[in-house]
Amino acid sequence: MNITFSAEELAFRDEVRAFLSENWTEDLATRIRGLDDEFKAAQIEWQNKLNDKGWLAPGWPVEQGGVDWSVTENFIFETERSLAGAPDVVPFGLKMVAPVIYGFGSDEQKKRFLPRILKSEDWWCQGYSEPGAGSDLAALKTKAELDGDDYIVNGAKVWTTYAQYSDWIFCLVRTDSSGKRQDGITFLLIDMKSPGITVNKISSIDDHHSLNEVVFEDVRVPVANRIGEQDKGWTYAKALLAHERTSIAAVADSKRRLRELRKLLAQEVSGGRPLSEDTQFQNRLSNTEIELMALEFTELRVLASTADGKGPGVESSLLKIKGTEIQQAIQQMYMDLAGYYSGVIHGEETAETIGHAFGHDARQAYMYGRAATIYGGSNEVQKNITAKYVLGL
Amino acid sequence: MNFNLSEEQNMLKDSVTRFVQDEYDFESRRANAASDLGFNPKNWQTFADLGWLSIPFDEAHGGFGGGATDVMAVMEEMGKGLVVEPFIATVLMFGGLLNKSGNAALQDANIEKVIDGSLQGAFAYLERQSRFELADVKTTAKADGNDFLLNGEKTVVSNGAAANKVVVSARTSGGQCDEAGITLFLIDTDAAGVERTSYRLMDGQLVANIKLTDVRVAADQVLGDVDNGYSIIEAVVADVTIALCAEALGIMQKLTTTTIEYTKTRQQFGVAISSFQALQHRMVDMFMAGEQAKSILYRAVCAAESGADDLAKNIAALKVMTGRNGKLIGDEAIQLHGGMGLTDELDVGHYVKRLMMINTTFGDADFQQKKFNQLSHT
Ligand SMILES: Cc1cc2nc3c(=O)[nH]c(=O)nc-3n(C[C@H](O)[C@H](O)[C@H](O)COP(=O)(O)OP(=O)(O)OC[C@H]3O[C@@H](n4cnc5c(N)ncnc54)[C@H](O)[C@@H]3O)c2cc1C
Repeated sequence: MNITFSAEELAFRDEVRAFLSENWTEDLATRIRGLDDEFKAAQIEWQNKLNDKGWLAPGWPVEQGGVDWSVTENFIFETERSLAGAPDVVPFGLKMVAPVIYGFGSDEQKKRFLPRILKSEDWWCQGYSEPGAGSDLAALKTKAELDGDDYIVNGAKVWTTYAQYSDWIFCLVRTDSSGKRQDGITFLLIDMKSPGITVNKISSIDDHHSLNEVVFEDVRVPVANRIGEQDKGWTYAKALLAHERTSIAAVADSKRRLRELRKLLAQEVSGGRPLSEDTQFQNRLSNTEIELMALEFTELRVLASTADGKGPGVESSLLKIKGTEIQQAIQQMYMDLAGYYSGVIHGEETAETIGHAFGHDARQAYMYGRAATIYGGSNEVQKNITAKYVLGL
Repeated sequence: MNFNLSEEQNMLKDSVTRFVQDEYDFESRRANAASDLGFNPKNWQTFADLGWLSIPFDEAHGGFGGGATDVMAVMEEMGKGLVVEPFIATVLMFGGLLNKSGNAALQDANIEKVIDGSLQGAFAYLERQSRFELADVKTTAKADGNDFLLNGEKTVVSNGAAANKVVVSARTSGGQCDEAGITLFLIDTDAAGVERTSYRLMDGQLVANIKLTDVRVAADQVLGDVDNGYSIIEAVVADVTIALCAEALGIMQKLTTTTIEYTKTRQQFGVAISSFQALQHRMVDMFMAGEQAKSILYRAVCAAESGADDLAKNIAALKVMTGRNGKLIGDEAIQLHGGMGLTDELDVGHYVKRLMMINTTFGDADFQQKKFNQLSHT
């Protein structure tokens, strides 16, 4: 048992580092933290740089433009990316709908959608949740009825992240309500420009617009935009969920955040002494870091077990629960470090005039971070899954 | 032994409850917070008319002569309404400093105006580097004839934007973190050399950084004695901590009932989510955390009312528990609401943000725990 990198892997790591130092620039980092159009443009620019290098789509079939990394290479890339402070790709197209399209879509669909996802020409959002269907996703009611070569879709999706930027939405819709609830669900790809779609903003506690409600009124969707068979959508969607959980754990990002926290700790003072001398704060930081050190290896164990081509299994629940708990512990420490300034909201006044650098960002991260234990299957639901399928209870 | 409020205290509490019910629905609260002053002057006048602004002041000054119990009764209800009017900043902090200043002329000149609602006050004690240390004061006050000249910058001053007068802690002698050598000055916010930058905090407060450049203050505007302001600060902060924790208790109770109600109506998997035992236990934990916070609040109030020797330790304990239990309750309230908990339209997030700011004010749970350690090992 060892995790020593081979010479090839070390060379790969150097290549990743060189790529990041050349392409992940200060300027890009600033713009990607911007709002609305600036954010979207910068995110696309970053994804295009990855795509030019051929590194945008690990896991995709190589013939579709993917990159066939080993578990270790994937780990190396993710670690280096996070440590450099570069963001993950926006997952909805690249990591969520693409695997469904290349896994279950028709050749025509692969040709039509995958290249545009790779070039970030289409921005996707995920239309699963509904007002009445959250943890109990199979309760979804948005209805699709066949009418010639089209489905006619009526209903509403909610919590749809980035719908305001999106060209396409992938949806689970109900095509049959006679049998078992999971059996009457169909997976549709819907053009956001279709007549009858309205996007309503949902204001959230982090004061940053990501959430929306998407309403469908007699929206026509060509049958050609259906993935696989009618009423079999649940099977396609399910294949995705474990992947989503694994990436929500965001182990490498937590590593970077902890590293930066240690730096900040040395800069903030209390009673004229740097807070890095505060044993209580050190204890908290170290406790979280120790959890994270273990979780990093849990993640590697999960990844190693998927190396033979199987998707991550039920262990991904553990990864999601622990990963999000650690994220929230880190967010709390940033808040506590910022003290009074954790409440600061930048408006007309900025970090400069207010006199504190990271309070505003800490608050936004903390408030949005509440969601990590709710989405991707809430942590309570993950525990139910673990109890049932891992422990056999 | 008696944990009941007096008839008079119950009436006071009821009047706040009614005000919150009638005047403080969530939309009004939102509008009050978003206004230029950061609160609604009409409400402030109502507070004056109802006599609330007189609570902590002596009858000799036209006050109600209230103690910690009265303040607790009022603040718990204000917490439930998430009231943004600066009752704490003007009445309890600014007014409290005047009360404890021993300076009769300053009391005569100002208390009446606080009571009739015409004077807004604030206490500027924080500085960029001071974190939670009340004695970490770099702002200087140098004697100049019969006056003092103040220089420095105070930050995150609660009600600092609306205040007409501010009490400022400044160093007249000693080192940066010494308790001795701190003096309290009363300044007008429109005095020459006072520059304010105002901004909002997540709990809706409008606060200000106050920059002082050669601000001239007459010696008769000193609260207490020169170099000896720290003991006044400590005493007022102890009183206000009780008030804040009573407010927090109101919030914790509100969040707990709101969450219980929500889980009873929210259906998933064909049943109300309140039927899941995993969630029931979490709500029992919320309930217990609130009850413990109430008990330790009562304990601190009793210590304050009787002037107990171990008051400081009780206050530290109160602040630790309010911070920790408030966090547990706030986290669970959002979590159990699922996606709804993330929305700004729902009041839950706003209650949670106020709890978070209360935790931070005068030192968070970790800081207070250290204080508790010190008080326990001497
Ligand atoms: C920031 C954010 C972004 C999101 N983005 C998207 C998106 O892009 N697309 C999309 O489709 N959805 C998205 N979602 C929705 C997300 O998937 C749902 O919020 C999630 O499935 C939970 O559903 P709910 O909000 O209805 O909560 P509910 O299901 O109502 O849950 C409420 C509470 O009950 C608990 N609970 C529920 N069932 C059980 C049980 N059986 N046992 C124990 N506890 C239980 C939950 O854990 C939770 O604490 C997003 C959500 C958030 C918060």
